[in-house]
Amino acid sequence: MEADEVITVSDLHVTLAGHEVVRGLSFQVRRGEIVGLVGASGSGKTVLLRTMLGLLPKTSGTVEIMGVRLEQATPAESRRIGGRCGMMFQQGALFSSLTLRENVEFPMREYLDGSDAMYGDVALAKLAMVGLSVEDADKLPSEISGGMTKRVAIARALALDPDILFLDEPTSGLDPIAAGEIDRLIRTLQRVLNLTVFMVTHDLNSLKSVCTRILALYDGRIIAQGPMQDILAFDHPWLRAYFRGERGRAAQLA
Amino acid sequence: MAQGPSLRAGVGADGDLLSAEGDWTAAHAADLDRLAHAAPPHVRKLTISLEGVGRLDTFGVWALERLRRSVVEAGAQAQLAIPQDARADLFAGVDKALARPSGQTGRRDRWGTLLHRLGRSAEAFAVDFAAFLDLTGRLTFCFAQGLRHPARLRLRSAVHHLDRTGLRAVPIIALMCFLIGCILAQQGFFHFQRFGATDYVVDLVTILVLREIGVLLVTIMVAGRSGSAYTAEIGSMKMREEIDALRTMGLDPVEYLILPRILALIVAAPLLTIIGNGAALYGAGVVAWIYGDMSPAVYIERLHEAASHIDLEVGLIKAPVMAFVIGAVAALEGMKVQGSAESLGLGATASVVRSIFFVIVLDGIFAVLFAAMGM
Ligand SMILES: Nc1ncnc2c1ncn2[C@@H]1O[C@H](COP(=O)(O)OP(=O)(O)OP(=O)(O)O)[C@@H](O)[C@H]1O
Ligand SMILES: [Mg+2]
Repeated sequence: MEADEVITVSDLHVTLAGHEVVRGLSFQVRRGEIVGLVGASGSGKTVLLRTMLGLLPKTSGTVEIMGVRLEQATPAESRRIGGRCGMMFQQGALFSSLTLRENVEFPMREYLDGSDAMYGDVALAKLAMVGLSVEDADKLPSEISGGMTKRVAIARALALDPDILFLDEPTSGLDPIAAGEIDRLIRTLQRVLNLTVFMVTHDLNSLKSVCTRILALYDGRIIAQGPMQDILAFDHPWLRAYFRGERGRAAQLA
Repeated sequence: MAQGPSLRAGVGADGDLLSAEGDWTAAHAADLDRLAHAAPPHVRKLTISLEGVGRLDTFGVWALERLRRSVVEAGAQAQLAIPQDARADLFAGVDKALARPSGQTGRRDRWGTLLHRLGRSAEAFAVDFAAFLDLTGRLTFCFAQGLRHPARLRLRSAVHHLDRTGLRAVPIIALMCFLIGCILAQQGFFHFQRFGATDYVVDLVTILVLREIGVLLVTIMVAGRSGSAYTAEIGSMKMREEIDALRTMGLDPVEYLILPRILALIVAAPLLTIIGNGAALYGAGVVAWIYGDMSPAVYIERLHEAASHIDLEVGLIKAPVMAFVIGAVAALEGMKVQGSAESLGLGATASVVRSIFFVIVLDGIFAVLFAAMGM
């Protein structure tokens, strides 16, 4: 059995274009947790996520995913980890030349040894789970709406039923019903597959209803972490403004 | 611990029983695929039990559902004891996917009959030609307006493009034309020697370079260098809705993006042609001196005799017209780009191939025209 900590980040620093975006950040995520990362727009959440996946260079510090340091991983190890992580990008990052279904099938074809019929059916099932209809499956990414793009991106991140799911704002741009469905899907998958989820979100409802732990990012560091009520009780001007501002209160009343 | 999926047959309370065991997960995709089609023959009533299943994911659920459906399709009864926990959601999702009306699985039909395709390409050609005329009209209109209100000519942008397509192309064009000049002269001396006609090599090279080779090389290079870049730029702006953004700001993409680029090309092409001609004739001179034993003084004198200002004009008249066609084709292909990366690539390819084709067709038309005019 693997260690309980599936993600370990310690003392991470990231500098982009001469500006230190992440300044000494450490945290751990255990198997089965749903961790929500909050922070102001432009505070470096996406940068952190991309650095954790090795898409951006870090200045110092370490990132371990499933006990493997990305920069030390052998090609076989990074492929194994790639097959067990799903990432949803903020802008979707769908393959523009493939239909929606082919987008979801793509990682399956790369990593599994099943049949075309299996991939096709499971891809449709994934699309159905994120709320897309069968008729949409043969459309191209340029032919769908913004919210649909989000959903397909989630479906593709889920394609392999991964162990770790990285989501960058999965519910922004979705109507409240769809956002609720996505929240429910994430919870379901977490329960069924014992999935670990690391998600960036501004959606106070998701934070409240799905996240088991919240990390608050401010000024390049984690200023608070814990379940929702701890974060609410934490005394920091920015956090207070974030959760107790008008919009924050409205969401908590709901 | 981690154990592959399997099915154990048994007899249940009523009818046959299949007990699923082991991990039904994506890691065992090939086994799942086999099990999905492993329905026992000759059953009438089948129950599939999930009690022995370890881990179960969407792929496992797919296999179980497929198995059940294959029994039902064979005319028997089958039921799946769906667990009443979170896993039921997985079953619901897979059920929706499998319940799709058959016949919808096919991709869109991309291949019609031959005749159909022929008709399509003829239609596409007509549409492209109309678009070309349309763009020419718009460009003329924008240009005319620009003459009255020079701010609308976007000269700053045109100068930027002139730098990219003109100035930065000088080294490669000079080098290429120099080499071609060398080769032409070498071939001339080599073959004309046999007739003792080396005196005419300079005439051959001069007329060929000034009338045809110089301008053709330059425009082909411009099509490959700048035409493809224009298509890629305009195409990716189209793809990311930047062109729509311009339109909603009330700005005309033709005026803003296309006219400055084409103006830059029209100015650059004749200048590059002059440079190319010079380089080619210089190369020919070098070869004449080293390989053909013709001193530079003699070469220059022959050059004066052979070249007339008409030859130079013929080349220089063609250059801007060809540049216009290259720019217009590049812009049209760019505007045709749809949402996908593939269509951007196709557009860039089509832009280069078509503009070179049109350059050569135009060259033929010019040859006929100039002959008729006695030039
Ligand atoms: N490739 C890059 N090069 C230079 N700077 C960058 C780069 N990517 C991001 N940044 C900068 O890093 C900072 C953090 O950006 P990031 O995208 O992580 O914000 P975010 O927290 O995800 O915001 P949002 O909630 O709006 O998505 C910003 O100031 C941004 O300008
Ligand atoms: Mg972001």
